[in-house]
Amino acid sequence: MKKIIFVFMLALFPMSGMASGGAGVHLDYMKTDHNEESLQRGAKYFANYCMGCHSLKYMRYERIADDLSIPHELMQEHLNFSGRKIGSLMTIAAPEEAQKRWFGAVPPDLSLITRARGGADWLYTYMRTFYKDENRPYGVNNKVFPDVGMPHVMLELQGVQECEKHKDENGHVTVGECDITEPGLMSKKEYDQAVFDLVNFLAYAAEPYKADSHRIGVKVLLYVLLFLFCAILLNREYWKEIH
Amino acid sequence: MKPLIALRDWVDARLPIMRAWDTHMGKYYAPKNFNFWYFFGVLSLLVLVNQLLTGVWLTMMYNPSAEGAFASVEYIMRDVEYGWLLRLMHSTGASAFFAVVYLHMFRGLMYGSYKKPRELVWIFGMLIYLALMAEGFMGYVLPWGQMSYWGAQVIVSLFGAIPVIGDSLVEWVRGDYLISGITLNRFFALHVVAIPIILLALVVLHLLALHEVGSNNPDGIEIKKNKDANGIPLDGVPFHPYYTVHDLVGIGVFLLVFCFIIFFVPEMGGYFLEYANFEEANALKTPAHIAPVWYYTPYYAMLRATTFSLVFPAKFWGFVIMAAAIAIFFVLPWLDRSPVKSWRYKGWMTKVAIYTFAFTFIFLGYLGAKPADLVVLGIEGKKWAQWFTFVYFAFFILMPFYSKWDKTKPVPERVTS
Ligand code: HEC
Ligand code: HEM
Repeated sequence: MKKIIFVFMLALFPMSGMASGGAGVHLDYMKTDHNEESLQRGAKYFANYCMGCHSLKYMRYERIADDLSIPHELMQEHLNFSGRKIGSLMTIAAPEEAQKRWFGAVPPDLSLITRARGGADWLYTYMRTFYKDENRPYGVNNKVFPDVGMPHVMLELQGVQECEKHKDENGHVTVGECDITEPGLMSKKEYDQAVFDLVNFLAYAAEPYKADSHRIGVKVLLYVLLFLFCAILLNREYWKEIH
Repeated sequence: MKPLIALRDWVDARLPIMRAWDTHMGKYYAPKNFNFWYFFGVLSLLVLVNQLLTGVWLTMMYNPSAEGAFASVEYIMRDVEYGWLLRLMHSTGASAFFAVVYLHMFRGLMYGSYKKPRELVWIFGMLIYLALMAEGFMGYVLPWGQMSYWGAQVIVSLFGAIPVIGDSLVEWVRGDYLISGITLNRFFALHVVAIPIILLALVVLHLLALHEVGSNNPDGIEIKKNKDANGIPLDGVPFHPYYTVHDLVGIGVFLLVFCFIIFFVPEMGGYFLEYANFEEANALKTPAHIAPVWYYTPYYAMLRATTFSLVFPAKFWGFVIMAAAIAIFFVLPWLDRSPVKSWRYKGWMTKVAIYTFAFTFIFLGYLGAKPADLVVLGIEGKKWAQWFTFVYFAFFILMPFYSKWDKTKPVPERVTS
């Protein structure tokens, strides 16, 4: 009997994640947290570096302000460049047609990017693996998103990164180790932290209810345990007389 | 209390509610030796109620249009008070439904619950399973993510493999030249109105048929054969209160697991909610790897593994094999020719067959969830799927023989504890 249960459990639990790094590149692990300071910094990076092109159209400025303890006036002044009311959705005004002409692709909405990519790791790696490539329109390529249409928008922070390239016998090129060749405004450690904050924020924005869910979940489980305990006692009481 | 009793009696004089209660609860005698595996019927009911209730509330906020569906789901997840909870209860409930129904069916397999006199219980069960598959499939299209769209595309286009009428049939099902808002609208109607009604009706029939003949049990002994002077089965206990309190324990354990998943891991590593479905449907962008949700993957593996084309294209045969794999369950009561019901008193052949079948089903499910170019132990996934499709059918087709030849053990007169 135990064996059968075990076999079924195996069927129910994931054998391994389904999404992979795309180009088959190793992804760097990052553990998201709900540290408000990190999330506030992340929101700031997002507003400053990403919102020119990407919307966050399922999220509202107000929700972020309230969830991350940012006073509404500060939110409106420093993070909402659209001039719209704080209750509005974080859409952007950029015309998709023109964007397509400029970049060859429309920058997608990022509300769910960490979920669509099966977790934060992909984005964390993506933002840290732009490297110099003269053959690309914006002079950069990306390790986990080959021939990406997006410029390296945080280049000034990270600096210029160059990577080794290996060609195998079929002429297939793989990108190897990378190194900063022209330093930016941040050290490697600072930049990693900045990307961490940014990704942490986007992971929060993908599931803003998650903190609530965990908080309520603990209470619900405790309640169910109590229920189970009573049910077991009740059951034992009734079945005492049956043999 | 008095007015309540008066009300009850007033109703009872006009509608036999007391008799119904006695028939199905207070004087319904169930074998006293039910084990773990007998929780899953009640749990199916619980999940059914969960799906109906959360579904009704989701319907209040969901927008069934190609333009608005995806956004309305995010609206529910973010802007509606506790909308995320409703939605996660519903999405997790779908997987839970299949999990408990699969275990419920497997119980039937082990204890021969499909055998005479419960053939009709089994057939209603299978019809429920079919309706459930349709319900799950159409429900999965509603969030209008990439997997919703492309999953629907793959499955609906299967009908196109039917000779002659295939193409027009597909067009008729979709209501369009491709999966579109029109398809979404009709799937919505079927998912929230038509199929739930059918499901409910079938569940009622399933239970009426069961209560007419009485439950089987892990020993496969008919408790109605041994009755006391009052005609009450010696090995039976009234369903209420004995099994109601007993089932509460099962419900508690189930809720622990269910709630843990809802609140902490609702995606279940991409198996309950697929990652690609967090991207809005896009008719111009085919995902690299299209996989159905886990509960369909055994059949999907069979579909993909069918590569021969005999007069008709391979897709047609894949469709036929998939349909046959489900249909063959219906005739199970007539394939089993063993004189005993429960595998406890069947011989080694049946035990080997059932273990092999369980492994086959799970392994096919694994193969169906993985990309087509998967290699296991140096052998292509497709080859494995072909072999195991073969094993799957062998379980049924050989059953008349091994169930007959298998040496059975003597079945005791009374249930064991
Ligand atoms: C100058 C405009 C621009 C800015 C600013 C910009 N991006 Fe992009 N981004 C793009 C374009 C264009 C694409 C589409 C690339 C493609 O499909 O080839 C893109 C794609 C992406 C993707 C890939 C999405 C996917 O799964 O297909 C991610 C992730 C992303 N951007 C993140 C960011 C982040 C984070 C920032 C801020 C740090 C940012 N982008 C700033 C233009 C921009
Ligand atoms: C909505 C889905 C379903 C619900 C709500 C449901 C409900 C129930 C309930 C409450 C019982 C009695 C308790 C028990 O024996 O566990 C039962 C028994 C049974 N069900 Fe189902 N069921 C469902 C689906 C199925 C399916 C898909 C099958 C198989 C094809 C099936 C086959 C059976 C059989 C054979 C029995 C009798 C078992 C025995 O007496 O040993 N049911 N069902």
